Amino acid sequence: MSISSVQQAQDARLSKRARMLVTPEGLALPLTVGSRGARFGALALDMMILTVGIVVVQVLFSVLILSITGVNIDNPEANDAGPLVELISVAGIVLLFLIRYGYFIYFELGPRGATPGKRMVGLRVAARDGGQLTAEMVIARNLVRDIEIYLPLTFLVLKLVEAMSGEDLAGVSGTVAFVWLALFMLFPLFNKDSLRAGDLVAGTWVVESRQAKLQHAMSLAPDRSTDYRFGDAELSVYGEHELQVLEGVLRQSRPEALREVAEAITAKIGWQLGQGDEREFLEAFYAALRGHLEGRMRFGQRKKDKYS
Amino acid sequence: MALPFFSKSEIVAPADISAASLRSDRFRLEREVDWQRLEAIVTALEKNRPRSISDDDLLELPVLYRKTASSLAVARETSLDAATLAYLEALVRRAWFQIYGPRIGLFGWLRRFLGGGWSAAVRSIWLDICITFVVMVAGGVVGWLLVEQDESWFYSLLPGDSAGGRVPGADPAVLRETISTADGSSGLGVFAASLFSHNTAVTVMYFALGFAFGIPTLLLELWFMATIGAMLWVFFDAGMGWDFVAWLSIHGTTELGAALLGSAAGLHIGRTMAFPGDRTVMGAMRTAGVRAAQVMAGCTIMLIIAGMLEGFARQLVGDTLARFTIGGIMLAFWVLYFVAMPRPREHLA
Repeated sequence: MSISSVQQAQDARLSKRARMLVTPEGLALPLTVGSRGARFGALALDMMILTVGIVVVQVLFSVLILSITGVNIDNPEANDAGPLVELISVAGIVLLFLIRYGYFIYFELGPRGATPGKRMVGLRVAARDGGQLTAEMVIARNLVRDIEIYLPLTFLVLKLVEAMSGEDLAGVSGTVAFVWLALFMLFPLFNKDSLRAGDLVAGTWVVESRQAKLQHAMSLAPDRSTDYRFGDAELSVYGEHELQVLEGVLRQSRPEALREVAEAITAKIGWQLGQGDEREFLEAFYAALRGHLEGRMRFGQRKKDKYS
Repeated sequence: MALPFFSKSEIVAPADISAASLRSDRFRLEREVDWQRLEAIVTALEKNRPRSISDDDLLELPVLYRKTASSLAVARETSLDAATLAYLEALVRRAWFQIYGPRIGLFGWLRRFLGGGWSAAVRSIWLDICITFVVMVAGGVVGWLLVEQDESWFYSLLPGDSAGGRVPGADPAVLRETISTADGSSGLGVFAASLFSHNTAVTVMYFALGFAFGIPTLLLELWFMATIGAMLWVFFDAGMGWDFVAWLSIHGTTELGAALLGSAAGLHIGRTMAFPGDRTVMGAMRTAGVRAAQVMAGCTIMLIIAGMLEGFARQLVGDTLARFTIGGIMLAFWVLYFVAMPRPREHLA
């Protein structure tokens, strides 16, 4: 988790989905827009959870109704009994309605700003302008979901039934409506922030929400600057990128990798290294190189990598 | 109180800051206690356990957030420690999500919505409501006039047997039958509940079509109202016009109201797309979208009520006057609610 999250953060900055958001404090905060694949996955997960929830509710209510009326298979008409059963059915239908609409809104208004599906794939909703994410925005983006997902799916099912039965159920207007709705459905494919129509209307977007642990400080290792002395020529071989690769290697601390990197560096700067000294050498070199690069950085001279 | 394995691990200050040989590491060690304090608060907020945060921490949250944000800004210019930068970025982002996240939950929103947010949103799109209303009335008049002129228009407006036997020149007894009460009351509730899901889909469609600059929405409304106008003519022709209006009004005042608001909300977005004024299209759509969505959320509530009225009241109440009374009361209620309900006072922090 820890090292890979650093790696991820670096990759994220380079990726096409990287955005800079300016918070109301004026701080530029890097964000990564959620990939279309992740968002589709989150949606699929949420739909699965919803479907399971709906089936459970339906089964529960059916069992409840059957336990009141008693099963009468021979004469289903006779099952129609009493206002209590009717009340339960109405409550069931309204509950299903509330689940369908409430699920997304409830979770996205929570502190994580994400439905369980989004949370699982590491996404959350945020305001596009860096300001407050309001309840109204969340409501707006989820009401449009109806047009983008539920309605086209309904039409799609209708079309399938049509194709199988050979009957024209939806008619021409139905087909036109489906094409129009398909535009909404495919909307995220045609803009770089992969915004849904709901996001566009509400002023939101879906971004990655990553966590990172605080790693130990690197220069707390015993100071070996007296044992290993590096000159300017040796330190100006590398840049920031190499430094951060070295940091990753040191934090991961795999013996083979340490050996390999130490050999590469000594070959480059023309040193000889004794067996078993890799870690010490690398720590010293890291501290020296970072001190060197950070020193130059304070004067506004940055060196991106060894080529610059 | 807390079980040992749930207790927070104490944040310990780093042992010896001066031991760090690098200046940027000393910078980090001096501040990391604050960062970890902020992290603990943010984690508690994310887990929806604000009660587990001490008062001191909560009071200092804004300060800690700003301190950490400024640490990040400094670290970006002075430190090459990738892990620390990644940590700070993730932490500031998480804190930003919490501080600028939604302040109320679903139920809080619902309370504010019903307590005036809805009516305020409806009032703010008054122009679109007026346009849609005029179009709807025009549609009804057109439908009436067309059928009055030539009865065959009726079959163009309502093709096939979608009219359910309510056709020009039909036997008055058949017409009477179609607007009478049902025999029994059983099963009505289920019928009512399933009705509104259909109506919701139709209204949402009106709203969706608003995105095409509102034109299809208005055309659909025009056509829909023309069928009602044509139907009205059929019943007035058979001499039971007011009975039909009464039958329709019982749920129609609510349902047509919802259709009106839904179309107006769609039109509002479409109109804003076409004429964004001096804002950017995206910016204008955002304001319009949030407003329209509030209206749409309200439409769903109206449609639930309409479904109940359609399922229960219309089938149970047979008297024309009683039907008018119910429909009239609903109409008066909606108009009064939308016109008079004041905007909710902004929640004071």
